[in-house]
Amino acid sequence: MSYFDAIFFGLYPYVAGTVFLLGSWLRYDHAQYTWRAGSSQMLNKTHMRKASNLFHVGILVIFFGHLVGLLTPHWVYEPFMSAGTKQVLAIMVGGIAGIACWYGALLLFLRRMNDPRVRATGSTMDLVIIGILLVQVTLGLLTIIPTLGHLDGSNMLKLAEWAQAIVFFKGGAAAHLADVGIIFKLHIVLGLTIFLLFPFTRLVHIWSVPLQYVNRRYQIVRARG
Amino acid sequence: MSHFIDRLNFFKRTSQPFSDQHGATTTENRDWENGYRQRWQHDKVVRSTHGVNCTGSCSWKIYVKNGLITWETQQTDYPRTRPDLPNHEPRGCPRGASYSWYTYSANRLKYPLIRRQLVELWRDAKAKNSDPVTAWASIVEDPVKAKSYKTRRGLGGFIRSNWEELNELIAAANVYTAKQYGPDRVIGFSPIPAMSMVSYAAGSRYLSLIGGTCMSFYDWYCDLPPASPMVWGEQTDVPESADWYNSSYIIAWGSNIPQTRTPDAHFFTEVRYKGTKTVAITPDYAEVAKHADQWLNPKQGTDAALALAFGHVILKEFHLDKPSTYFTDYVRRYTDWPNLVLLEKREDGSYQAGRFARASDFVSGLGEEKNPDWKTVAIDDATGEIISPNGSIGYRWDGSGQWNLQQKDGKTHTDITLRLSLVEHHDTVVDVAVPYFGGVPSDYFAGNTIKDILKYKLPARKVTLADGSEGLLVAVYDLNMANYGINRGLGDDDSAKDFDDANAPYTPAWQEAITGVPRDKVIRIAREFADTADKTKGKSMIIVGAGMNHWYHMDMNYRGLINMLAMCGCVGQSGGGWAHYVGQEKLRPQTGWLPLAFALDWSRPPRQMNSTSFFYNHASQWRYEKLEIKEILSPLANPKRQSGNLIDYNVRSERMGWLPSAPQLNTNPLHIAKAAKAAGMSPVEYTVAGLKSGKIAFAAEDPDNPQNFPRNLFVWRSNLLGSSGKGHEYMLKYLLGTKHGIQGKDLGEMGSSKPQEVKWHQDAPEGKLDLLVTLDFRMSTTCLYSDIVLPTATWYEKDDLNTSDMHPFIHPLTAAVDPAWEARSDWEIYKGIAKAFSRVCEGHLGIETDLVTLPLLHDAPAELGQAIGVKDWKKGECELIPGKTAPAFIAVERNYPDTYARFTSIGPLLEKLGNGGKGINWNTDIEVAFLGKLNHQHTSGSNEGRPRLDSAIDAAEMILSLAPETNGQVAVKAWAALSKITGIDHTHLARYKEDEKIRFRDIVTQPRKIISSPTWSGLEDEHVSYNAGYTNVHELIPWRTLTGRQQFYLDHDWMRDFGESMLVYRPPINTKTIKPLLNQKSNGNPELALNWITPHQKWGIHSTYTDNLLMLTLSRGGPIVWMSEADAKTLGIVDNDWIDLFNTNGAIAARAVVSQRVMPGMVMMYHAQEKIVNVPGSAITGERGGIHNSVTRVCPKPTHMIGGYAQLAYGFNYYGTVGSNRDEFVIVRKMTKVEWLDNEGNDYEQEAVK
Repeated sequence: MSYFDAIFFGLYPYVAGTVFLLGSWLRYDHAQYTWRAGSSQMLNKTHMRKASNLFHVGILVIFFGHLVGLLTPHWVYEPFMSAGTKQVLAIMVGGIAGIACWYGALLLFLRRMNDPRVRATGSTMDLVIIGILLVQVTLGLLTIIPTLGHLDGSNMLKLAEWAQAIVFFKGGAAAHLADVGIIFKLHIVLGLTIFLLFPFTRLVHIWSVPLQYVNRRYQIVRARG
Repeated sequence: MSHFIDRLNFFKRTSQPFSDQHGATTTENRDWENGYRQRWQHDKVVRSTHGVNCTGSCSWKIYVKNGLITWETQQTDYPRTRPDLPNHEPRGCPRGASYSWYTYSANRLKYPLIRRQLVELWRDAKAKNSDPVTAWASIVEDPVKAKSYKTRRGLGGFIRSNWEELNELIAAANVYTAKQYGPDRVIGFSPIPAMSMVSYAAGSRYLSLIGGTCMSFYDWYCDLPPASPMVWGEQTDVPESADWYNSSYIIAWGSNIPQTRTPDAHFFTEVRYKGTKTVAITPDYAEVAKHADQWLNPKQGTDAALALAFGHVILKEFHLDKPSTYFTDYVRRYTDWPNLVLLEKREDGSYQAGRFARASDFVSGLGEEKNPDWKTVAIDDATGEIISPNGSIGYRWDGSGQWNLQQKDGKTHTDITLRLSLVEHHDTVVDVAVPYFGGVPSDYFAGNTIKDILKYKLPARKVTLADGSEGLLVAVYDLNMANYGINRGLGDDDSAKDFDDANAPYTPAWQEAITGVPRDKVIRIAREFADTADKTKGKSMIIVGAGMNHWYHMDMNYRGLINMLAMCGCVGQSGGGWAHYVGQEKLRPQTGWLPLAFALDWSRPPRQMNSTSFFYNHASQWRYEKLEIKEILSPLANPKRQSGNLIDYNVRSERMGWLPSAPQLNTNPLHIAKAAKAAGMSPVEYTVAGLKSGKIAFAAEDPDNPQNFPRNLFVWRSNLLGSSGKGHEYMLKYLLGTKHGIQGKDLGEMGSSKPQEVKWHQDAPEGKLDLLVTLDFRMSTTCLYSDIVLPTATWYEKDDLNTSDMHPFIHPLTAAVDPAWEARSDWEIYKGIAKAFSRVCEGHLGIETDLVTLPLLHDAPAELGQAIGVKDWKKGECELIPGKTAPAFIAVERNYPDTYARFTSIGPLLEKLGNGGKGINWNTDIEVAFLGKLNHQHTSGSNEGRPRLDSAIDAAEMILSLAPETNGQVAVKAWAALSKITGIDHTHLARYKEDEKIRFRDIVTQPRKIISSPTWSGLEDEHVSYNAGYTNVHELIPWRTLTGRQQFYLDHDWMRDFGESMLVYRPPINTKTIKPLLNQKSNGNPELALNWITPHQKWGIHSTYTDNLLMLTLSRGGPIVWMSEADAKTLGIVDNDWIDLFNTNGAIAARAVVSQRVMPGMVMMYHAQEKIVNVPGSAITGERGGIHNSVTRVCPKPTHMIGGYAQLAYGFNYYGTVGSNRDEFVIVRKMTKVEWLDNEGNDYEQEAVK
């Protein structure tokens, strides 16, 4: 286990995770008016329906795919699904969602670069974060190529082990990634960086996904007194 | 505590369902809502308004939050009106509502600035000379040094300085100029005092104390209608907008009411619910057209032709065929129609109308001993005797105390009824020749050629004159009928057969060829207009905007519609009359303000100058004059009698005391007293002798001599070089000496005839001004060209007063916050300069005797100048009599070291000489003593015991206490003073308000309605709305004209020689600025010459400027020019293309707005679009594109130079030459290269027109 692996895959996840959680909290408490999606749809609607939907649907599928795929212990699905099957499933779902997300992100990135009104209204961080997401999706898609070379799921298991070691504080997490390909490593480092930047970007709107709308009352009023 | 932790309440059951589970209560944190609440929370609301240009005079609430001005909303607490009359509120418009943007904008001036080149020279000179005046001399008298900073004007390079340094520099420049060249070489320009009277007065008080010259604005803006003094002897007295609601028929003629009179427009709409018909007459489809029942669009510049046709119909049907009893009675009492005019014999045996017959023309002067030359005559219908009726100007100044409009013989005071027409009682019928200009050839305006001289049959009376000769007299009634082309059945060939006679003046059919308006519409509207006036006793009104007044022959346009009103008895009747709302803005407490503004409490008279003549002369615009006298002379005039260039007329006029001069003489007026003493003469005798011998001359006779340059110029409350400066490029070249865009040749280069009265220098001097100081709160175009820019308070940061002609209220500007950064109010700035002046002048100027030249002023005995004929003393035609045939010369003592002490205290002359205005005077001791208590008195120094004038509020209290409009006891005194002259008791108009006193803190609480005063001709009381001429008609106070009546006929020699003694139609003049350039500098795109029209805009001006981001965002963010679809197609221009506009005067770069609104043949550039926002370079000049005045040049009119002749006498902002600009044409084409001259890579090419 190299020193860099220890830093990036042993320590960095906790740094990023701490900033992600504490940062979000602090921003929520101290800068309520900045807690928003920062939509620029009002300024220019061209291709917005296509780009925004492709991006959001794609990234949501990818997010939950990663969440479930990485954090579900192997023994949970082992009885009815081999690692190889799971991997193929992941490639197919992830690939389709990834391409949708990539295309959507590209359109959004170009729009943010080229539309003078959007450019002038948005912040630098808006541009940076869509750029990073675009790169991250690209890297994610690129991981499919080496994976196609060994469809046995072994690589996937290593990644899952690492993720579970981090999340469940098992220790020695970095060791799991000792011999995965560089492309995976880059994808992970950038992914952790997104968590790190999260509180400083418009991504905070993810916390406020209005799930309560599904079963809220028709009318909500303030209690008297 | 924490928004996040507060949300962690999964185990609390906070939600209480109700309504069958459809609703639920919540205790969720709602602090976020405060953000929206706080958006509109504020700490205080302060009353203020927009303080330079805006007639609206709307009171506003200024909101202050955390010590910052945040926004403004409309005040709604105006005093009530009467039952049935709508209230005034809300008043305001989007332009005013966007003003607060300036306070903290990037364009705000924050610190005193000076151009680097100049301050380096100054600091260097100061290091070498301890004395600031010597230091200044060492800079301006060194041609290399002077040029080094003058040529940088307009090219940036400002650096931050401080008040102390700049006050000293300015004071040193003023002291040096006064000492070396004369104090009248220190000039100040500021417009429209009514909108912030104290701020105006600050500068003018300083200048008047040191003997500097204050410049007029109204004539210069060309908003001054010379027709108003011509007809009424009064300037811009108009109804308040509420009086529109009393009208029964309104023509909005060239006035775009909803756009430019936004706060008043509601009265125009509301009155339609009463059944009032409204007609819009505009050459373009202006916004007002859609609020009117009918729209007429005469070709621009031909309104007089339309007015003549209206008048033709009214005279024929309502005065001749079926005379209206009301009209006949009105014109008999209130117009000059019964007055008699002497006929002059012509070579061909016919006659032409001469001057008014006077009492002195008859044996023993009809018994009149005093002023018989100035008493006009008429016939008493009962006896048939020629008598001199009451009211003419001779009675005003003869001390008889009987100057009124009672129908009485001036001598015997017996009742009379004046005879209107001589047609029933004539001795003979003669041919009278009248000039006709409708056939004058024009490149761009269609004419209707008949012949140059028309001859009409007129009934005349034979009389024996005082000299024993036989004279022929005609009545103005008959003259006027003939002039309008009405056939009287006396065998006329030239008068009209009927309304369809297209070849006779001035029928509805005749005007079709000129204006393009169908005859049936003309007939119908004329009938409706007159019929309504007849039935309602004068409730027909014409609302008019400046557009029509901006033509060279503006007086014809305006007199055209004034005649309509007077012949229908509408003037002086509530709901009727001439409603001209442009520029002047009524300074209601005028007589209280004048002593403050012109330091009349310390010395009289002040120096005042008409700006049009000043800039024509000193910006060398006359050197490019292409209009020749013969082009505008009447065919009836003797061309030998009228010769020279236009500038010659102006010089003669100054010399004869008709117009003012500045600089005044070709010598320092501070040196005259000493030289006179050495010669053993009084300063006045010395000056007269010097003028006669030629040793002394008027400065205007040699404007290119360095002795006669205007040296220092203050500009405050004004954007002189970004907006109002006609001949902008000439100002840049000659006054400033910097880069310019002039494309034409001067008289020398063209080999044209040189002026007769003015010395010609082949090489004209450039950069005449040594110092240009501008006070502003924003970096305007003028600031960019100045040497020193002083940051002043915005309109929400100072205390001041504001009144308007649109409503009868007086209300304040008050400081919502202190001036931001290092800004100071105008009052404080001039106080600072005065203080520095008092210090710096030590050793250079002490107590000095200044010699002031004063023209023959209107409303003063001097208006009785030369009664009969025009004689020039310089040509030996008469003796030089100061105050009669020449200006008065008055020695005035100046105490220069006391300038500051005098500035800050009320002087003793008010007690000594009293106060007054417009020909009346009253004692004001009580008010001055009162001010000593209210403002306190100085307790030491040279002004010990004098009332204090420290703050702007002290100054405001001085105005309010001295003016009859705001102090009831003064109003009673003023009416009593007038009663002494008219012999009628008028004091009942103010008695009931004698104890009413309006003070500054009263109007801070709520706008107050003014008290009726004899300064104005309308009343503001419980019975009528303010309407001009009301007291003339209802109190029988004469109009301040030659005849004392409204004049259709103007008999001055120059009026007759230039063909305008009566109303005529004259096509626009040819300014000759197109031919030398058309297709000469081609860029490959087609070119077309189009008429240059510069109206008011929707997104700027008056209460804001065209650099306001909010308004720029609503508009197109830069300079725009409107053009018709047809012209755009011809030129291959589509909407939003960049276009070049140019002529020999200069060039403009702007975007095209292609619109159906505009008619072919004209382009419209909203005026006062700043040169500093989004203006690319011009391919013609190679410089940045100019302002709307870059393509204009002043062209004065000789008839406006007449003076010393009753109503045709000079008054500041009352009469004089005007800067017309609408006869101008520009070449328009699509721009090829759009170049920003900034090397930032944004240049691009526009596709060539295929």
